[in-house]
Amino acid sequence: MLHVAVATRAFRRYSTYRAATLAGIFTNSVFGVIYSFAYLALWRANPTAGGYDAQDAVTYVWLGQALLMTIALWGGGATDDLAERIRTGDIAIDLYRPVGILGWYLAADLGRAAYQLLTRGVGPVLVGVLAFDIALPGSATDAAAFAVSLVLAVVVSFGIRFLVASTAFWLLDQSGVKVMTGAFAIFFSGLLLPLVLFPGWLGTLARALPWASYVQVPADIWLGKHAGTDLALALGFQVLWAVVLLAACQGVLRLATRKVVVQGG
Amino acid sequence: MADSAARHLRTYGQIAWLWIRAAWQYPTSFVMLAVGNGLITGLDFVGLWIMFTHLQDLGGFTLREVALLYGSSSLALGLADTVIGSVERIGTYVRTGRLDQMMTKPVPLLVQVCADQFTLRRLGRLTQASVVFGWACTGVDWTPLRVLVAVSMLVSGAMIFFGLFVGFACLQFWTQDTDQLANAFTYGGATITQYPLRIFPREIMVGLTFVVPVAFANWYPCLYLLGRDDPFGTPDAFQLASPLAAVLTVAAALLVWRSGVRHYTSTGS
Repeated sequence: MLHVAVATRAFRRYSTYRAATLAGIFTNSVFGVIYSFAYLALWRANPTAGGYDAQDAVTYVWLGQALLMTIALWGGGATDDLAERIRTGDIAIDLYRPVGILGWYLAADLGRAAYQLLTRGVGPVLVGVLAFDIALPGSATDAAAFAVSLVLAVVVSFGIRFLVASTAFWLLDQSGVKVMTGAFAIFFSGLLLPLVLFPGWLGTLARALPWASYVQVPADIWLGKHAGTDLALALGFQVLWAVVLLAACQGVLRLATRKVVVQGG
Repeated sequence: MADSAARHLRTYGQIAWLWIRAAWQYPTSFVMLAVGNGLITGLDFVGLWIMFTHLQDLGGFTLREVALLYGSSSLALGLADTVIGSVERIGTYVRTGRLDQMMTKPVPLLVQVCADQFTLRRLGRLTQASVVFGWACTGVDWTPLRVLVAVSMLVSGAMIFFGLFVGFACLQFWTQDTDQLANAFTYGGATITQYPLRIFPREIMVGLTFVVPVAFANWYPCLYLLGRDDPFGTPDAFQLASPLAAVLTVAAALLVWRSGVRHYTSTGS
């Protein structure tokens, strides 16, 4: 119940900035238009590249722009608050509260993601439908699986961002690590270019890394590229990374707690 | 005039140096920020390269020709962003009242805003863009005039992005939390000019020529460097008009800046 309250308040906190939200949707849409024409040029020259057709490719572009803020691809979200509290030392207060830090921040981040999904997510998809006639999920199963996949994407991303923020326990400032991991996230999530186009070992590697859960996996589910056991495997891949990362977060938190205590807070 | 410009430049340098020293207090972060920024743009180019593993050419342009467009647009944006990128934070200064403090100081406001929180992290982008541009230059059939056009392209390109950064940041004098809007034109402008404009509809080319003139930052001069005809059939004179477009953009941006500052009446809190 407590965690629902945390999530609701995070949702409300983000909904304060209406003009910023509109400006953001506009910017995502501009990038959507640019990438759509670039992909259309690619698929006109090579109509079956990566097993996608032109409509799949353009749909993929707009899904990427829609998911960008929801999964906080560049970092940020609730974990930025955490990093700031570590830097200022306020984290010491959080540590003696009778609530787990991981659960608290995860709830806050899910609240943030819900707001971003309803605004920055829905906005670009609508623009994509109107301007580029993008594909919608083909069946109720795909739509439901997409919803599940999206939540998992946020959790995986949260796990990575929480680990990044935790580096502040040692470095005091997370910004360097944040930019580095952000660079990998942009490339390996498939935001820049669908991972289905990545050649050879680079493709195999990209599809195995946790970032594939951000855009490629949910987008493929939306496009109906996974069916039956394949669909279960795709979701299982995300669950696996979510569990591994959250466990790592818990471990890092335990290590860090010891360090903070040694320093006297 | 020249005397005061030199003085402003020196003040700018002093403020910038202050921020460099401040950033160096977290050396690990400083290095990772620079490397990370280079990585973002580096992987961006890897993305283009991967596109070309599925293509012979993009809109009739080979990878090395696209690299010329990519390198020049990225260099121009990187230069402008390094020098005056902080201007995009102007909404924050308005909100926190910091702009009022700045106005009481005997240094022009624009110099202070641009030098504030100066960061060398864009060095990563500049290095990466220079490498790509350098490689692309090996494909150009150089003549003295082309060298001149190449140099003027980089200077004009940086000036055009300077104008876009300042001009669109001024929107924040009216609406404080719309800094994202400027990104559509600055970073969006740099992204769209990485590709041959030929792959976009004619209307977009017209917009990028006459409204948000980023086409002059690289597309037209690059056509000259590559000795290609404009696929849209615009006059050849456009290929040499970048400096004019740059001066007009900067002049327009400074006008907007002035009216923004005049409009500003403090937050009153």
